[in-house]
Amino acid sequence: MWLFIVSDAITFSAVIFAYGYLRLAATAWPRPFETPSIANATVMTFVLLSSSVAMVLAVRASSLGKVGSAIGWLVATALGGIIFDVLHIREWLGLIGEGVRPFHNPWGTPMFGAAFFSMTGLHMLHVTIGVVYLLVIAVGFGRRKFSAVDVEVSGLYWHFVDLVWMFIFPLVYLLSAKTA
Amino acid sequence: MEHAETAGNKIIFSVWFGLLGLTVLEVILAYRQLPLQTMLTVLMFLSIIKAALIIAYFMHLRYEQASLFVTLIPALVFILIMMTVIFADSSRLAHMRSLVQ
Repeated sequence: MWLFIVSDAITFSAVIFAYGYLRLAATAWPRPFETPSIANATVMTFVLLSSSVAMVLAVRASSLGKVGSAIGWLVATALGGIIFDVLHIREWLGLIGEGVRPFHNPWGTPMFGAAFFSMTGLHMLHVTIGVVYLLVIAVGFGRRKFSAVDVEVSGLYWHFVDLVWMFIFPLVYLLSAKTA
Repeated sequence: MEHAETAGNKIIFSVWFGLLGLTVLEVILAYRQLPLQTMLTVLMFLSIIKAALIIAYFMHLRYEQASLFVTLIPALVFILIMMTVIFADSSRLAHMRSLVQ
């Protein structure tokens, strides 16, 4: 899992660097995120960080052999992921409603949409896969099909998804906040 | 992945509050009228601290053998530094665009 995480980190870095490249070369990069969007993204960050703590508790419970508590924390973690996804999809729909398309938007550099949707979309895909992964692990751990080590490995993946958001959130949202 | 000790509750919750606090700090900074470059530097610095906290405590790399860290992190950092070469071309593009207009 560690090797996968490092390779996945490079994938995300490539996308983030591509965004940096576009933004640096652009003359009028849009800064469309008003306060409600920033607040929404901040809540999403809090949810994801808190779900990571739930994951830590799940890993600990599983290593102590507390099956019920481990499953509970795993489900809580997955729930955090679902809330994150729902909030993010709401943000996407809002932007699409304002007329943002991958190669067109009402404000400036046309590539804004492509950069935004590919970066946040890749991350959202990871969160969604993570939710499925955690639920599979929870069921399997309950049936004694998976061991505590499997829970721990799924935890590594989940924390990584959290970690990536720590970069996407400031780069995409905070650096494009609409300030008076 | 066998390891004897991991972080206790106290450490995990302090790390959690630390991460939340740093996030709030970042959001406050976003509303300061700082030059983009300064802001980017400060935000990335804070984000790297947050990433390091997550890796060290949540992913408990701190409690693993040192060889795991040595295998993974320096190579990743090296690759990331190598990727920055593209930015020279990016600023060239911006410069050329200003010549055309």
